[in-house]
Amino acid sequence: MKKRLLEKHKLLETNVVLLCVLILITVSIGGLVQIVPLFTIEGTIEKVEGMRPYSPLELAGGNIYIREGCYLCHSQMIRPFRDEYERYGHYSLAAESMYDHPFQWGSKRTGPDLARVGGKYSNEWHAVHLIDPRSVVPESIMPPYAFLARKDLAFDDAAEHLRTLRVVGVPYTDAQIGKAAEDLKTQAVGDEDKAEELLARYPKAPLGDFDGDPSRITELDALIAYLQMRGNLVDFTAFDPESARR
Amino acid sequence: MDNEILATVGGTAWGVWLMILFAGIIFWAFRPKNKKRFEDDGMIPFREDGER
Amino acid sequence: MNQGIMAAGAVGGAQDAAAYNEDIVKKFTIAAVIWALVGFLAGILIAFQLVFPALNFDLEWTTFGRLRPVHTSAVVFAFGGNILIGTSFYIVQRTCRAPLFGGPGLANFIFWGYQAFIVLAASGYVLGVTQSKEYAEPEWYADLWLTVIWVLYLIVYVGTIVKRREPHIYVANWFYLAFIITIAMLHIGNNIAVPVSLFGTKSYIASAGVRDAMIQWWYGHNAVGFFLTAGFLGMMYYFIPKQAERPVYSYRLSIIHFWALIFLYVWAGPHHLHYTALPDWAQTLGMTFSVMLWVPSWGGMINGFMTLSGAWDKLRTDPVLRFLVTSVAFYGMSTFEGPVMAIKAVNSLSHYTDWTIGHVHAGALGWNAFISFGALYFLVPRLWKRERLYSIRLVTLHFWVATLGVVLYIVSMWISGIMQGLMWRAYDELGFLQYSFIETVEAMRPYYAIRGVGGVLFIAGAVIMVYNLWRTVKGDIREEAAYELAPHAPAPHEVEKTPS
Repeated sequence: MKKRLLEKHKLLETNVVLLCVLILITVSIGGLVQIVPLFTIEGTIEKVEGMRPYSPLELAGGNIYIREGCYLCHSQMIRPFRDEYERYGHYSLAAESMYDHPFQWGSKRTGPDLARVGGKYSNEWHAVHLIDPRSVVPESIMPPYAFLARKDLAFDDAAEHLRTLRVVGVPYTDAQIGKAAEDLKTQAVGDEDKAEELLARYPKAPLGDFDGDPSRITELDALIAYLQMRGNLVDFTAFDPESARR
Repeated sequence: MDNEILATVGGTAWGVWLMILFAGIIFWAFRPKNKKRFEDDGMIPFREDGER
Repeated sequence: MNQGIMAAGAVGGAQDAAAYNEDIVKKFTIAAVIWALVGFLAGILIAFQLVFPALNFDLEWTTFGRLRPVHTSAVVFAFGGNILIGTSFYIVQRTCRAPLFGGPGLANFIFWGYQAFIVLAASGYVLGVTQSKEYAEPEWYADLWLTVIWVLYLIVYVGTIVKRREPHIYVANWFYLAFIITIAMLHIGNNIAVPVSLFGTKSYIASAGVRDAMIQWWYGHNAVGFFLTAGFLGMMYYFIPKQAERPVYSYRLSIIHFWALIFLYVWAGPHHLHYTALPDWAQTLGMTFSVMLWVPSWGGMINGFMTLSGAWDKLRTDPVLRFLVTSVAFYGMSTFEGPVMAIKAVNSLSHYTDWTIGHVHAGALGWNAFISFGALYFLVPRLWKRERLYSIRLVTLHFWVATLGVVLYIVSMWISGIMQGLMWRAYDELGFLQYSFIETVEAMRPYYAIRGVGGVLFIAGAVIMVYNLWRTVKGDIREEAAYELAPHAPAPHEVEKTPS
């Protein structure tokens, strides 16, 4: 009698385990079908001219962009519509965010898209606008970011950041990692003597002083450097949508 | 090329299999033989101990 | 206890009700109420920051960008999470007629561990520690901690079901199981990251760009699908039958509902990425499944509604039931709106606008919060062994104040969203864009203000609830006429019956 009951109980036990397994299988399918091919199908990320990993200063700026939650109000993904082309420029390519860990496409435009904001405004405009948005755009509802101008950028671990990104697949060279802190300084103070070396490692990197205060490297320097290179890397004169998908 | 054919055939077969599976669930749930059992299962919340 | 005896209990139906762990449900209930207030307050603050930017206070810790995740995490994971875990522990014990597996110690550890996760995550946001993945903002250390807690939660839940004395696993538990298992899968899949240093907070997510976007919205959409839908459907399948005092309309439909819903939901993620750099095949898949998802969603809604068939009059006399049933109506509305917005042509207008925000809140306020309020009103008198709620009339007041708040919120966001979408694509007669971006921002202002007012009404309702629940716990009963919505004189049997 006791043995039979135990067996019955065992069946119940396997039932709940079976239920869990069936649930797991059912919910796994969709994700697998949609995610795995993005890693295997060639052409998911277009082959384009000009994409390169972030320079250490741009990377630091991107991390401030993430820290402050800019992506909550600004997208970085231009859709292929006429009005978006006229307002923001060429539609965004997958290749343009291939080094973004994580992606910054956003989901809401409380403010305008920033995928191609690089070079649209001067460094001075960005500095004033970030410190007090309503001084240049009276109707703006953006929070003020004056504290960025007051805070020195921490970049002792610049090389560590590049090394970590290499682990997740960004092709930083040993030279780039070795010179990370130095490159960051060169770009942030706009050091002409070392500019050539920097631009060889990071073509088209904008050179500062970005925040108007040459005596120090602030978080504002980094953020503006990041904004000023948004969308400027890919050479669209050489871009052909058909061949890029191959 | 072979991979593509395999993917297409596999995808179709998988879709058919899921449809069969789903039809099976519907059959199981609405089978007249199971009617009483499921009606009884629906009463579980009213069988708990310690209910006032 | 010997397992053979446990199994024998299923036949005999032994009465050891005292063994239910209700203390842990009380804890989760209290936590849910507290976090609800925190989350709603944060929401109101950030809503008004968009009307009056001075409310950012010019401090780094109080900007919209840092407080918005505080709001979303507090309402979804703190309020929603506590109510989900709390109700699941209540329901699993009673529908299995077995005490919680692992005893009070393990349950308490899960409770405090989960609260610690919330504090860990929220304090990070305010200080600027975030992964920037929406609804998955906590950094690697908080993610790891949550994984531990979640696995323990699964063990307790499955363990309780294994020990059950009821042969069949009631369908509410299926939904809770799907919620726990899928959230575990999504949480791990979306948060694979490499920390820069073991002593620092910063990490880099393993995937980049388009792949990371797909993984994020596979996670993001299914956080809605399994945290805010499957888990809450578990609540629906228990509390509506209990409060209406009749079994679910069709138990067989609930089984179909379950498998169809959990299968279809996981495919819908790409509708968050229409017209982006995500390949077209993925967008098409996402759109197709999103539209199909309408069918099981409404199947579940009908099942919830029809449970009241033959007892519709109870809605007149029982405002708690009204909360529960109205939540199902909002569920039906937002699960119709969702598939519509997932159609690419509609999405080209709605995406990036406030329409999305309105849609989310139709679900979050109307469905998730309303059914949670109903569950709280159901649970508190039972857990604290009170005769009934302190005041039924205050429940009614809460209902109307909150409903008005939700309506203001949704309607203002519909108008602002559609308006902004249309303004962005408007051309003048010369073929130039008619509006600069900032002109569209300016046009949103009145609607942002109305939305804020809606939020204030919603929290006012919640404060009424907290007062009512507090007096209930104290054991007070308000002297009041029996509640009756219709103007006619109440029948004697209705005066007698006070819902508890």
